[in-house]
Amino acid sequence: MGKERLARYSLAGSENRAAVAAGLAGGDWFRSDIPRKRMKELMRRSDYPAVRDTAIWLGLLLLLAGLGIALWGTWWALPCFLAYGLLYGTADSRWHESGHGTAFKTRWLDEGLYQLASFMIMRDPTVWRWSHTRHHTDTLLVGRDPEIQVMRPARLARLLANLIGLVDVPMAFWLMFVHASGRLTDDEADFIPESERHKVYRTARIDLAIYAVTVGLAIGLGSWLPVVLIGGPRLYGAFLFNLFAMTQHSGMGENVLDHRLNTRTVRMCRVNRFLYWNMNYHVEHHMFPMVPYYRLPELHEEIKGDCAPPYPSIWAAYREIIPAVLRQLRDQEYYVRRELVPGAVAYHEPTPLADGRARSLDSAAAA
Amino acid sequence: MGDWIAACAAVDVDTEDVVPFEHDGRDYAIYRSADDEFFATDGHCTHERTLLCDGLVMGRVIECPMHNGRFDFTTGQALGAPALVDLRTYPAKVTDGTVYVELG
Repeated sequence: MGKERLARYSLAGSENRAAVAAGLAGGDWFRSDIPRKRMKELMRRSDYPAVRDTAIWLGLLLLLAGLGIALWGTWWALPCFLAYGLLYGTADSRWHESGHGTAFKTRWLDEGLYQLASFMIMRDPTVWRWSHTRHHTDTLLVGRDPEIQVMRPARLARLLANLIGLVDVPMAFWLMFVHASGRLTDDEADFIPESERHKVYRTARIDLAIYAVTVGLAIGLGSWLPVVLIGGPRLYGAFLFNLFAMTQHSGMGENVLDHRLNTRTVRMCRVNRFLYWNMNYHVEHHMFPMVPYYRLPELHEEIKGDCAPPYPSIWAAYREIIPAVLRQLRDQEYYVRRELVPGAVAYHEPTPLADGRARSLDSAAAA
Repeated sequence: MGDWIAACAAVDVDTEDVVPFEHDGRDYAIYRSADDEFFATDGHCTHERTLLCDGLVMGRVIECPMHNGRFDFTTGQALGAPALVDLRTYPAKVTDGTVYVELG
């Protein structure tokens, strides 16, 4: 089952060709109708919100790291590093937003944050820029989207292990070695143009050098402290960003052309929205990816009349996600299909193949 | 030399904005810069077939609304990943309040 499942989701497999043949790849996605003038206002960027939020985020990281270093050797260091690790893990949302180029108005600020966050979250900035580009073009299209976190059936052990980075981190280091040797995986070769590949190899060599120095320092000092500060948080601080990220698409429709069928919007408190940079407005983000994170609440107001009601909390989302993912272990055609609010534009389901079930496109086309 | 084709009224394009124009089954984008100059390019991003007229104009740059592919719309130059191929540009002029684009 495991190999079959991975083959279906592989970008180098037959589902990729089937999605292209079915017209799903690069397809025509549903978008709510928003007047051009309003859309321009929503896309307009300013440096202030992201400079403020990044200064607070980096300031807190430095403060917690300083406290942890000062209290090293006592139990008081533990809560400091736990908080530091969780905050370090939220580099995920900084990586995401700056990768879209929408956090700041000033380009180099975006690029600087993207490079830093990519290092912290252990993702090659070039690979993941292209991977995420594909994720937006072909969201949850099997064989096309390289970022499907929860497959059908789900790899439960892997998902649970990744709550403390136990698969992602070793994989990240393995990929760094592959890239540093001047190679890509088959999946990466599917979406990274030739002209961009040298950047991947260069970054992997730099990242490996930084981690080598960190480990060397730890050995030289006879202390875990350098590793607890750099790299280690990707393990012990991975829980929170994974908790956020798994609300995005888990258990929802595959092979559809309507983000309302494969994406969730979840209400979160102000603290979590700061940590997650408003990516809880995920339907909105996928429908209009160029709207910066600080305008997503406004975008939500614009399109909520076309969507299902947002989940009232992270807890409410997981009350649906966990049973859905467990049910998909035995029934891969099951998926969460939500009722739109009265008056919403109907779901965009242009072909019988695009109905959300995890059926092989090859077999569905033949049927 | 191509033909000068009437694309739209100048007043239809806001300053620092872009509008779509279709001719002979092809999509084009007409821009008005902050200096009140008009420019024309192909209508789709060279990265994927996304219409640029839904994107944001900032200075001399048009951003694709899908993946943030960026182009200098005055020259067509692609400004970085995921836009790696330059955009084709066309001469544009305004005569008697109408924007003309030279196609061909």
